[in-house]
Amino acid sequence: MSKPSQKFEGDPTTTGHSWDGIEEFNNPLPRWWVWVFYLTIIWGIGYTIAYPAWPGITGASTGLLGWSSRALVDEELQEAEAANAAINERLASVELTAIAGDPELNTYATQAGAAVFRTWCTQCHGSGAAGVQASGYPNLLDDDWLWGGDIENIHYTISHGIRNEDDDDARYSEMPAFGEILEEEEITQVANFVMTLSGETPADAAAVEPGAIVYEDNCAACHGDAGEGDVFQGAPNLADAIWLYGGDYDTLVETVTYSRYGVMPPWTPRLSEAQIRAVAIYVHGLGGGQ
Amino acid sequence: MSNYIKLVALGLVTLFAMIAANYARDPAYMVHAILIMVIAGVMFLYTLRTVGEPQLASGPNEHEYFDDVVRYGVIATAFWGVVGFLVGVVIAFQLAFPVLNFEWTQGIGNFGRLRPLHTSAVIFAFGGNALLATSFYVVQRTSAVRLWGGNLAWFVFWGYQLFIVLAATGYLLGGTQSKEYAEPEWYVDLWLTVVWVSYLAVFLGTIIKRKEPHIYVANWFYLAFIVTVAMLHVVNNLTIPVSIWGSKSVIVWGGVRDAMTQWWYGHNAVGFFLTAGFLGMMYYFIPKRAERPVYSYKLSIIHFWSLIFLYIWAGPHHLHYTALPDWASTLGMVFSVVLWMPSWGGMINGLMTLSGAWDKLRTDPVIRMMVISVGFYGMSTFEGPMMSIRAVNSLSHYTDWTIGHVHSGALGWNGMITFGALYFLVPVLWKRERLYSLQMVSWHFWLATIGIVLYAASMWVTGIMEGLMWREVDANGFLVNSFADTVAAKFPMYVVRGFGGVLYLAGAIIMCYNLWMTVRKAPAKEASLTVAVPAE
Repeated sequence: MSKPSQKFEGDPTTTGHSWDGIEEFNNPLPRWWVWVFYLTIIWGIGYTIAYPAWPGITGASTGLLGWSSRALVDEELQEAEAANAAINERLASVELTAIAGDPELNTYATQAGAAVFRTWCTQCHGSGAAGVQASGYPNLLDDDWLWGGDIENIHYTISHGIRNEDDDDARYSEMPAFGEILEEEEITQVANFVMTLSGETPADAAAVEPGAIVYEDNCAACHGDAGEGDVFQGAPNLADAIWLYGGDYDTLVETVTYSRYGVMPPWTPRLSEAQIRAVAIYVHGLGGGQ
Repeated sequence: MSNYIKLVALGLVTLFAMIAANYARDPAYMVHAILIMVIAGVMFLYTLRTVGEPQLASGPNEHEYFDDVVRYGVIATAFWGVVGFLVGVVIAFQLAFPVLNFEWTQGIGNFGRLRPLHTSAVIFAFGGNALLATSFYVVQRTSAVRLWGGNLAWFVFWGYQLFIVLAATGYLLGGTQSKEYAEPEWYVDLWLTVVWVSYLAVFLGTIIKRKEPHIYVANWFYLAFIVTVAMLHVVNNLTIPVSIWGSKSVIVWGGVRDAMTQWWYGHNAVGFFLTAGFLGMMYYFIPKRAERPVYSYKLSIIHFWSLIFLYIWAGPHHLHYTALPDWASTLGMVFSVVLWMPSWGGMINGLMTLSGAWDKLRTDPVIRMMVISVGFYGMSTFEGPMMSIRAVNSLSHYTDWTIGHVHSGALGWNGMITFGALYFLVPVLWKRERLYSLQMVSWHFWLATIGIVLYAASMWVTGIMEGLMWREVDANGFLVNSFADTVAAKFPMYVVRGFGGVLYLAGAIIMCYNLWMTVRKAPAKEASLTVAVPAE
């Protein structure tokens, strides 16, 4: 039925079994295979003596080399910390405004701050710090600052955060949801007017004039008569063509109707003072620091 | 009488599924309950209509091989293969172009839901059906008897397909244990246990009633695979359901014990499902296709026992530098490195079986497929022990290198040996003289090979690159790259990887067409191979 295996002259003998035509040669184990196998076994025994390996009743062998992955991490962390301890202390204690004038400290803070930023800030502000407009994460590269862009204000914002419930000193302000206050028509009017503040072409030119009155009555108190904003209460500048959530008509109507409530966590619970100062220096140096 | 028992049982299952669908706590559970209700209901009606009809006079011929189930298995393997590869291509491009996670598919068709669908479809649906079909074929031929257990083999086949459907729909609807390669929830696990024990019974029953004096080496591997997977599956899925009306369950192990159990399972899913089982395939189809005796009987014994003894301890290398104690991590690494030669024993026996028949590589693309499969097996089983070494692992872990490694094994070794077996089996099972087109096999071979090379090479590059980027620090010890930077840097390699997947998928579709045309158009063969006769 089944075709038997072909055999040639010089082939070794077979074991004599045959399954569905399959036979097996009596070839010995390849020598190199056996030797490499033995070598790995010998190496394995040696390795388990040198490193922690053999489990017992109350614990495991620690190995002749005393190697421990946790001790290694501890050691490396302590080394890194010790290497930067002096400069970190200096960074945390000098006047904030004096850091920029000290080239050594400034370079160190910028590098350290970049690492902090990459670890903790990129999730919202993006790895290039350009923010994400769709989610209202501010761009940190421009010179438009919601709460002030000098080093002290940036340091304060990072330390305490914005509109969070974890830090009593967090920056706080709240725009009302004007959908509950104004008529729908007034909202469309004011949105059209706000577009003209930064030189945009309004969606409906006829609505601009009544919109100016709505603006003056409801918005100017925080955003200013000319839409210049107010960093003391985090009221965005509406005249500079830089938009936190977007400056097109639909987005503006949404913002006015429902308001916005962007939150940033405080970093004092998670970062050291030196780290916060470092990342403040880094953000300040990105291009828009005042 | 048995029909009445069947009716009562099916009626009860239908009723229970109906109640379960009504009380269901989550969508996955509800859809599954409805599915089971419909299946049991249809079977109930079918049984009811045949009650009292005279039984067909002749039962199955005990002297003929039970090949119907193997034919179904071959079809299922090809079908699930294409499905699994297709989902793989989709998620590869979802990673390269996140916009493909469409808003309207959120919660069903996003990467997180599709990824386990891909891994399970290729490992358990494609690979599992390949193992079912070939093991049923091989154990009959090498034992020279019909499968034991009558219709139990049908139960195993259809029960396994139901498991696949329950698992796949469960992932999409959010029913998952979040354990890699063991995602199905408790009731799906229970069902698989029943199916798997039946599989073991059929396989072992057939071996026990064999007419050959000795058990062929392929069957050792198949048996090791079936027994060990049963043990792994049960231990890793010891969960307590939160409610019998919901899919959620809680694992009995906690913390690092759970992690260790999971990777003991996970690594041996690779070791016994994807290695031992497929070595069983290799040991039958290569000597059969090459028409040469197996290279060394001695080597097959030594490497079989050393492989199955060592593999089971290698799992901890998945947890280097984690909460796992150092001693366990060391042992996992040492067993992995010692495993190198036992793994290569299979490669040597596969390749050396061709000595004296090397010319066939030129003329037979099916043999070429099997040989490159063994080549990839050798490469992956060298790469694996190397990556288990702690110093290497600290670079490779969590990177795409791991993804490249499993795919050179899965696409190269498991995929190619399965394609070879399918090309061998279809003409035999459908009694054809030959395959419809050998040229198409050649096309499949080259598309698949180039696809794998693109896949593995791009993942090596991006894996090592991201590993180096993650650990890059400046003179003061500060990180140089953010995580998002490493993701952005991988983009071109992700596109190359997706393209490799497209080539591999295209090859599989050509294979399906070729096999289909073989059944339909290739000239029929006169002599029958289906009568059970011992070879000697």
